[in-house]
Amino acid sequence: MNLPQARIAKILLWSCVDGPGNRLVLFLQGCNFACAACHNPHTIGQCNDCGDCIPACPTAALSLAGGRLHFDPARCTQCDDCLAACPISANPMALPYSVADILTLLHRHRAFLSGITVSGGEPTLQTGFVTALFAAIREDPDLAGLTCFVDSNGHLGALGWQGLLSVTDGVMLDIKAFGPALHLAMTGRSNARSLASAKIAHAAGKLYELRYLIVPDQTDSPGEIARLIRFASDLGGPQRIRLNAFHHQGVRGVAADWLSAPRQAVEVVAEQLRHAGLGPVIVPAVWL
Amino acid sequence: MTFETQGLRRVVNNPALSAAQKARALSIEAENAMPYPQLDAETHAALEARVICDMYEGHAPYRPRYVLPDYGVVLTCGSDWLELPVPQTLDEAINTLMIAYHHVPSVTGMPVYVGQLDDLLLPFCEGVSDEALYQKLKLFWRYIDRVLPDAFLHANIGPSDNRVARTILRVDAELGQIAPNLTFRYDPAISTEAILAQAIANITICSKPHIANHPLHAATFDARGYGIVSCYNALPQAGGASTLTRINLLEVAKRSHDTDDFLTNTLPQYVALNVRLAQARIDYLFDQSGFFDSFLVTEGWIDRGRFTAMFGIFAMAEAVNHLLLKSGNPGRYGRDAEANALGHAISARLTDLVAAQPMRNVWRDRAMLHSQAGLSTDTGLTPGVRIPYGTEPDPVVHVLALAPHHQYYPSGISEILTLDETVKANPAAVMDLCKGAFASGFREFTANIGGNDLVRVTGYMIRLSDVARFNALKGARTNTTALGAEAAKLTAILDRKPRVVAYELAAGADR
Repeated sequence: MNLPQARIAKILLWSCVDGPGNRLVLFLQGCNFACAACHNPHTIGQCNDCGDCIPACPTAALSLAGGRLHFDPARCTQCDDCLAACPISANPMALPYSVADILTLLHRHRAFLSGITVSGGEPTLQTGFVTALFAAIREDPDLAGLTCFVDSNGHLGALGWQGLLSVTDGVMLDIKAFGPALHLAMTGRSNARSLASAKIAHAAGKLYELRYLIVPDQTDSPGEIARLIRFASDLGGPQRIRLNAFHHQGVRGVAADWLSAPRQAVEVVAEQLRHAGLGPVIVPAVWL
Repeated sequence: MTFETQGLRRVVNNPALSAAQKARALSIEAENAMPYPQLDAETHAALEARVICDMYEGHAPYRPRYVLPDYGVVLTCGSDWLELPVPQTLDEAINTLMIAYHHVPSVTGMPVYVGQLDDLLLPFCEGVSDEALYQKLKLFWRYIDRVLPDAFLHANIGPSDNRVARTILRVDAELGQIAPNLTFRYDPAISTEAILAQAIANITICSKPHIANHPLHAATFDARGYGIVSCYNALPQAGGASTLTRINLLEVAKRSHDTDDFLTNTLPQYVALNVRLAQARIDYLFDQSGFFDSFLVTEGWIDRGRFTAMFGIFAMAEAVNHLLLKSGNPGRYGRDAEANALGHAISARLTDLVAAQPMRNVWRDRAMLHSQAGLSTDTGLTPGVRIPYGTEPDPVVHVLALAPHHQYYPSGISEILTLDETVKANPAAVMDLCKGAFASGFREFTANIGGNDLVRVTGYMIRLSDVARFNALKGARTNTTALGAEAAKLTAILDRKPRVVAYELAAGADR
């Protein structure tokens, strides 16, 4: 069987913010949204082998060979200068991994883990890989008990979710905005599929967490919050919601001029959600 | 007598010390005005050069460094010497312990071990309501912190899930005191997930308790058991440690031509000298001080045959990097496989060398190897086998890099894993890390959560707000805050985010 490979920007062995317990996290390269507020803009594009990053690397970890960009992790000092040099928000340090590679990592660190989370970028752009990986985890007796989570913007279509959800334990789904015009302005895409995806995941009993980013003067208007409350209430039953606070760390371009979300404003929204019977409502543990 | 009176005057007039703290500092000055126990010239020279170190325990050892009484004796037999009847109620039991603590010495002048509290108190809890138990333990906890305010003072609970352990965890999180320090002994075959979860939740609130890998420790000791005291020291119960002497591995590396010379010649030489230093101190304690004539021995609280010698090492990271650099390899201890492997090889070699040195008046006739957590004056040197401040990899890689060391240090080793505050929202992640660490061979699991006021420095707890207050020269109620403040200034411990230093009033706080 020829299992698909994934292009992965980064792998973490320790994460306490990507689902329950400690999780191995794969940040898959590439995203179909172009959010101004993105905290990891270098995970959006796919490398086109232009080579513009090569002079930026102080340790010569990057080179062109046969027209393809080559990255040597042994020389890399993680200074991230190449990311700033990339003209298309791609990541020359992203490497291809097979399902077997990830299974090896999971075996080695099994005792430390509650599960695995695929994030990004947008992991559902590489659904073939994710589905194959999750299916392999489920079939492996040594990995029994690990849960498989997806952190997604929800742009995947209904058909795509069908296969993926059958091997997924939980979905963390980001809704960037409810007003269609606002969502389009913030992400470059419609939110129709994201809202549909939340319903699909919820109907399957796998919507672990709905996530909403508070950007002052944009997503925190009374109208937006009212729509958030209505949407979450319509799902039925208690719904875990995480409110993220916009901050400038990692942000490039126009959003660098936006205001950070102050703690008090986020707490007010959280209180509104709780008052509406929603929850648990999670707010940031650290305020930047 | 040739007292250096200027130093004494500085103690007496120090506005930051209480009268009791001054009396303690003066007693240390007096002890150190006496000549040191007789040392041969070679050992003396190594001590003077601080290649080996006596932890500034003092010139005339008149009590063991750490004493771990079996408090079960006084609770079941009472004490003739103290004119205490056998306690019948929980109030009487707690009162008996409170009295007992005042008669248990240690190098700090206060007890370092207040007992395996759930085992001690459970027999008195029948018929005591949960609310009453909570109130009584809360007062007991407050008493310990206010009257014995030393963060080296250590209570143990577990591995069973029981009312006393649960209530102690509740009280400890609620009060957020530096004393007592607390260890929960975890055994997957005995402890419940629920009590481990409660202990872990406490870590996210107040960076306590430590979690001890009970099956590993239990196998190291015997039927009379062990206790975790002071900064992660595992020692025989009903005994303790007479002394702790340690080797500065970096200084040994500097005196070696290369790694081979280090392992074959220099290290064995200094291991032998460190054993001689310990033996000289133990000889004084056993043959001259009269300590073992005390009622603690005659009434059976302690057994003179159960005192070990702790053989400490520190600056493993600097030693490894120094040796690698000599061979033209810019080693990065904690990050590179080759550097880590050399560290593990040094630990294995130390084990063999220490096992080859018979000692007198030492439990099982051999010293116990200890990864020593540091002194507040260890500028530029990393405690024990730890990874240097600020260069630590993620906690999982961190644990895996150090885990192979743990088999070699039966009398204690710990790494403090510093986790950022986001983990407060997800204590299950800390539980995963703890279980992963134990599955990898860790003997102790200790975590600091960034942003906590209460933090672990090298092995004891301090309040960051106390440190700030002390630095403003307002004085501190607790003895260890002075050490923590000095350690923070000298050793960059707060850069890492909190770490540990040890207590050494004479060498440290008052300089």
